Amino acid sequence: MRRAHFKFSWIAAVLLAPQLLIIFVFFYWPSAQAMYWAFTLEQPWGGGNTWVGFDNFRKVLTDPYYWASVKVSMIYAFATTALSMAMALTLAMFVDRQLAGYRAYRVTMILPYAVAAPAVGLAFRFVFNPQAGVFSFLNTLSPGIWDPGQSGWQAVLTIILAGAWKHVAYSFIFFLAALQSIPRSLTEASAMDGARPLRRMVDLQLPLLTPTLFFLVIINLTDSFTDSFGIVDTLTGGGPFRATDLMVYKIYADGFRGFDYSGAAAQSIVLMALVMALTFVQFRYVERRVHYS
Amino acid sequence: MAEIDIRRVGKTYGKTVIMQGVDLTIRSGEFLVILGPSGCGKSSLLRMIAGLEEISSGEITIAGQAVNHLEPRERGCAMVFQNYALYPHMTVAENIGYALKVAGVAKAQRLARVTDVAQSVGLSEFLDRRPGQLSGGQRQRVAMARAIIREPKVFLFDEPLSNLDAKLRVQMRHEIRRIHNRIGATSVFVTHDQHEGMTLADRLVVMNKGTIEQIGTPEDIYERPASTYVAGFIGSPAMNLLPGRLSDDRRAVVLESGPRIDLPGPATGLNPGALVQMGFRPEKASLTAPGRGTIEARFDFVEELGAGRVYHLRIEDIPVSLHSEAKMKLAEGASIGLDLGHQNLHLFDGQTGRRVPLSVEMPQLAPTA
Ligand SMILES: Nc1ncnc2c1ncn2[C@@H]1O[C@H](COP(=O)(O)OP(=O)(O)OP(=O)(O)O)[C@@H](O)[C@H]1O
Ligand SMILES: [Mg+2]
Repeated sequence: MRRAHFKFSWIAAVLLAPQLLIIFVFFYWPSAQAMYWAFTLEQPWGGGNTWVGFDNFRKVLTDPYYWASVKVSMIYAFATTALSMAMALTLAMFVDRQLAGYRAYRVTMILPYAVAAPAVGLAFRFVFNPQAGVFSFLNTLSPGIWDPGQSGWQAVLTIILAGAWKHVAYSFIFFLAALQSIPRSLTEASAMDGARPLRRMVDLQLPLLTPTLFFLVIINLTDSFTDSFGIVDTLTGGGPFRATDLMVYKIYADGFRGFDYSGAAAQSIVLMALVMALTFVQFRYVERRVHYS
Repeated sequence: MAEIDIRRVGKTYGKTVIMQGVDLTIRSGEFLVILGPSGCGKSSLLRMIAGLEEISSGEITIAGQAVNHLEPRERGCAMVFQNYALYPHMTVAENIGYALKVAGVAKAQRLARVTDVAQSVGLSEFLDRRPGQLSGGQRQRVAMARAIIREPKVFLFDEPLSNLDAKLRVQMRHEIRRIHNRIGATSVFVTHDQHEGMTLADRLVVMNKGTIEQIGTPEDIYERPASTYVAGFIGSPAMNLLPGRLSDDRRAVVLESGPRIDLPGPATGLNPGALVQMGFRPEKASLTAPGRGTIEARFDFVEELGAGRVYHLRIEDIPVSLHSEAKMKLAEGASIGLDLGHQNLHLFDGQTGRRVPLSVEMPQLAPTA
């Protein structure tokens, strides 16, 4: 590939400026602010911030509530990722095999991705409502058996289902593209070799999907850590009793409800480090993934 | 080993009919080549035998069993694809042994078979490689080995050599024939390359637009093409065709350009004066001095082949070609005589394009035991 080389010119500078400005205003500046807050503490009676070193981090990392939040975030991230990818893969295989109704799926599958997270949360509030939702029949069997407003694990389950539902579309598109790029003659060759559809899936499609699979795992994990705020906020508000207090949500709650800017800033630095680590894994292992041909 | 019987088979994609009323019996253990231009339905026919394509009408039986509703795995056929269709994530050994693995053959036994088959096609040293690390010819061998290891009743080949260079193609062609002779399975081989077809086939099927034009041994098809289509498709250069009318005594053709050319026998199947096409093979005719041959022509240009030359000539306005070892220096437009060779003449109905038998061909003595 040939690359074009440009000399520095004011046109280049002008063309770059909007993008750089956006990155600066919405990423570097807030990040710098977060750094500042994370290493300082506002004095109780005013008079500006004082430098406190790693104190804020120490406080955060020794806080059992924080570790509870990390734990539930992990559970949420891995469960949503596993669930949404399993659903996406199944649906993509249906569409790929052109089973009945595949045209309808193909369109409708894209839709959830276009729905904003708070809207998803609101919708699922109705779905999981203990009086009128899909599980409300459980309460007619034994009153109070289903109530995500009271039961911690049920609340976690609801945000997992909502998050998974929202992520299905994205994975679905990638899976479908990957499946359709498997040459038809390979499928035919394995059919000639005696493999039934299920066997073909295991021996042929899944191995050929691994690069896509790996890519999607990383993307979905990252997304689950950072993009869960809207769902938690509208669906459970972090409750009951902090059961769904995911890391992003806790940052918001501690910072803007508890006015602990420094603690929240330290938490967001930790979250940023986590996301950066995941991104690193992606660049390191996924971008240089094994190629078969 | 199995006989394949194809009865009145048709194929439609949606509303387009691409094949109609194909009747063909492939004998047990024979090497049958299906030959035809691109898009004539060769692959479709092969894939219907394999079970990769639904049979729209008619019936196909393999070894006496109707297979219309059988899955590919139940038909006992192995197929070699044009692009080889090797599993990219498996090693050569895994590729070759996959069918056995699916069939549940024990690992030790599988390995032994893979080693055997790989050896027979010269792949022993590549067993641990991935297909991506092989040359085109080696991939071709893996595809062959993958088919051989199943010990199929029927071998199906869909233009398996067309991605190889000319030299390798000839070499693999010989190898395929050798493997066929050794294994003795019924082989169906699809190609659009007439050399491949002529050299490999026990019998050839020439297809045209979804129908069969002719079935016969390569010799049959060369010597007695059933139609102008086959005549024009087989032979390089192809047979020359000259339009004309049958003479009143039906023993000669009066060409549109004037000359009357005697036929080796009477064309009893046609009415006097009927429109006909007279054909002659470029390699069976010869050049003579002007005025000394059957017909006069003008010289156009010559192509050197090493072993002989192809002279391109015109009879009036019709371009004809002639293969000859004679080296002549001719000026463009120079007049020259053509000796068509009496026994070399073919006659076709001018309307239907079908071959018109000349009576000399008729008396065929039954072979005495
Ligand atoms: N899936 C399909 N849908 C519609 N038409 C098809 C389909 N597959 C093949 N055809 C048509 O059927 C005809 C025969 O196709 P086929 O692949 O059998 O040709 P072929 O003789 O093998 O040609 P080639 O030498 O180019 O491989 C072609 O005209 C093609 O356009
Ligand atoms: Mg074809």
